[in-house]
Amino acid sequence: MPEKKWENVVRAGLFLVIISFIGWAYVAGSFRFIADNPDELIYLLGQHLKLVGLSSFLAVLVAVPLGIFITRPRFKKFDWIVINFANVGQTVPSLAVLALVMSYLGLGYKTAVFALWFYSLLPILRNTIAGIESVNPSVIDAGKGMGMKPSQILWKLELPNASYAILAGIRTSTVINIGTAALAFLIGGGGLGDFIFTGISLYDTGIMLAGAVPVTMLAITIDFLLGKLEKRIIPKGLHWESD
Amino acid sequence: MIQFNNVTKVYQSGDKEVKAVNRVNLSVEKGEICVLIGPSGCGKTTLLRMVNRMIEATEGLIEVNGENIQSLDSIQLRRSIGYVIQQTGLFPNMTIEQNVSVVPRLLGWDRVKIQHRYNELMDMMGLDPDEYRNRYPWELSGGQQQRIGVARALAADPPVMLMDEPFGALDPVIREHLQNEFLRIQKTVKKTILFVSHDIDEAIRLGDAIAIFNAGELMQYGTPNEILSNPRNEFVSQFVGSDRTLKRLNLLTVDDLLQRVAAVRQKKQKSYKEACGGSTVRRDSDLRNALSVLLSSPTGAAAVVDEEGNAFGNITIADFERLVEVHPAQLKSIVQ
Amino acid sequence: MELLEFFQQHWGEMLAKTLEHIQLVGLAVGLSILIGVPFGIYISQKERLANLVLAVAGVIMTIPSIALFGIMIPILSIINHGIGFLPAFCALVLYSQLPIIRNTYVAVKNVDANIRDAAKGMGMTTRERLIRVEIPMALPVIMAGVRMAVILTIGIAAIAAYIGAGGLGDYISRGISTSYTTMVQAGALSVSVLALGSDFLLGQIQRWISPRTADSK
Ligand SMILES: Nc1ncnc2c1ncn2[C@@H]1O[C@H](COP(=O)(O)OP(=O)(O)O)[C@@H](O)[C@H]1O
Ligand SMILES: [Mg+2]
Repeated sequence: MPEKKWENVVRAGLFLVIISFIGWAYVAGSFRFIADNPDELIYLLGQHLKLVGLSSFLAVLVAVPLGIFITRPRFKKFDWIVINFANVGQTVPSLAVLALVMSYLGLGYKTAVFALWFYSLLPILRNTIAGIESVNPSVIDAGKGMGMKPSQILWKLELPNASYAILAGIRTSTVINIGTAALAFLIGGGGLGDFIFTGISLYDTGIMLAGAVPVTMLAITIDFLLGKLEKRIIPKGLHWESD
Repeated sequence: MIQFNNVTKVYQSGDKEVKAVNRVNLSVEKGEICVLIGPSGCGKTTLLRMVNRMIEATEGLIEVNGENIQSLDSIQLRRSIGYVIQQTGLFPNMTIEQNVSVVPRLLGWDRVKIQHRYNELMDMMGLDPDEYRNRYPWELSGGQQQRIGVARALAADPPVMLMDEPFGALDPVIREHLQNEFLRIQKTVKKTILFVSHDIDEAIRLGDAIAIFNAGELMQYGTPNEILSNPRNEFVSQFVGSDRTLKRLNLLTVDDLLQRVAAVRQKKQKSYKEACGGSTVRRDSDLRNALSVLLSSPTGAAAVVDEEGNAFGNITIADFERLVEVHPAQLKSIVQ
Repeated sequence: MELLEFFQQHWGEMLAKTLEHIQLVGLAVGLSILIGVPFGIYISQKERLANLVLAVAGVIMTIPSIALFGIMIPILSIINHGIGFLPAFCALVLYSQLPIIRNTYVAVKNVDANIRDAAKGMGMTTRERLIRVEIPMALPVIMAGVRMAVILTIGIAAIAAYIGAGGLGDYISRGISTSYTTMVQAGALSVSVLALGSDFLLGQIQRWISPRTADSK
């Protein structure tokens, strides 16, 4: 029983914090900027979505096939190279990746897409490899022994059974990407970071929140939606493994 | 049906060569269960997996149904051979029905036929088809999973089955239950089966023939009775155990015993049941069972009854001496 | 090479910035450990509360760091610390909660029930059990959480340069605004080296405190 009480206290507290923050920001006139500049907000939001959408889409398009490729029997001995590369790459801070890419490719939208693509690639790649390699070897053995072709083993056994890990990688990567894309403004990529950084440099709370609030909501919403999508796509027999 | 001619498998591990299977000659008759047995690492799994070309033999010839397996497409070959492994290898992403239907679907059977086959197989396994249809492997107990594994292997009605310690991971009670069921099913399906085991009791119970291996070499091949009564060398007699004589009791029925003692005993009695103090034993029960009845009988004898319960003969502990060269006192310790 | 020259000319200042960076990260993660570890242990006995806390920490993690800074600034402006060390510090503490709480929770919860039982059977009190058995066994996993938190906050602290928190991110921000590519590279490389170096070092510590049996490599 006290546990239940605690839970309610935490939940109510959290709710209160959010409400009071929004109320306070409203009273302080922080949302006036958004109300006065709806077109600009929509433009930057669109730009942000395009940055994230394009780079994440390309990242999935490259990382999943690459992960599949490197886990095929004849290339498996090289998987450690890719795994270590992905691990090291993910340890490098996102700002450093953007800055380094910019220093070679110059400012601009394409630079931003490239840097975001590269940084999004790594979690997906890592999870795809880990997911496929974690499929129980006896499952593959049975499939082979029953006369499945390598392509059937991939499509009917490996990918469905690795789907949890792969989708989790895509979700994590996309959510991180939404945040990293807010930094893309710094290297000429536009997006909602425009408001945030302008607000910071002008010390104007209104402009800052006009960027910070939508980007936060975007990240939370996408995370939620991809979570729902995961539940739909993952084969039902595997749900017990996910918590 | 399955023929091994001088089959050898050499593994290359590092710069060492491991001879996992060494010049094995073996032939399994159609409709028989041949149990491959031996200590861990003696090459049983390797030999088994060479049959469906999961492993390619280094040397020698393997024929299935008179055809050299090298001349067949490995994918087609595997679809025509049932394959059961200890870890079940059930597909976690598929329902029970989908699991059982994998090979028929690969072979392109039509829907109705597949569904019909699923129902038939589940009935055969003693599992309700509808109850399990949409469930997933993790929802089943170990014994149920293994039954699904066997059903899946039987799905396309392959003439040959390969089974690698299918019951090895189950607890003894469930294992024995599944062994009995397996024998019952085999009576109707009559597959040619290669069955890997490391348990001599299982081999004796299930095998029409037993092949004993050591370090990749075939030590002895024969019926359980031959192997128990005539171990060819020190290794085999060690492997089958010091109680091998008594293990034979499992293989013989009361009928067998009666046949042997009938020649000696001439006189016939009118009422066997009264003479034996009411202890009875069926003519088709195995001798291990009969022995325990005798040991608890006050007269040391039991009437033999036929399927209808009519007594037509009797046996005594002393009769066993004719069969196995042991003292009756020793028999007691075996049964308990 | 220009980059080498840059390092030669600015090594004193870079060292100071590095220390500033380490200080920010160290203080934030230090406080996070003080909060997160006891909290993680506490909720490990309370399943429902744990789910809630982990969910909340998970939501915090999804908030983009620069947005969180943006939200911190007006709040902390009330006490006149809108920019600088404090908002950065608060944000880093918040971010490092999830890995530390989650790993502590998982670690304590997963201490082998048999071992726990054996300890009980030997007559250890709850306190003794926690100190002698459960915490030592949970330590490597908690350490892994700390390692994650450190790597995460090193990266976020670099972004905090934009709200005046100093550290190595200064080179990136100044370099970009003055179009001084070499300075940008110097900043990006040094913060990357700091992250990779910390990851390696903490990895070694993690292995060193792991029970010998789990030391497979
Ligand atoms: N892929 C492999 N590479 C190298 N050696 C192997 C391989 N598979 C099996 N072996 C070796 O071959 C021998 C026989 O193995 P196996 O057939 O699995 O034995 P069993 O099934 O009788 O336990 C063992 O010594 C084993 O170590
Ligand atoms: Mg084996």
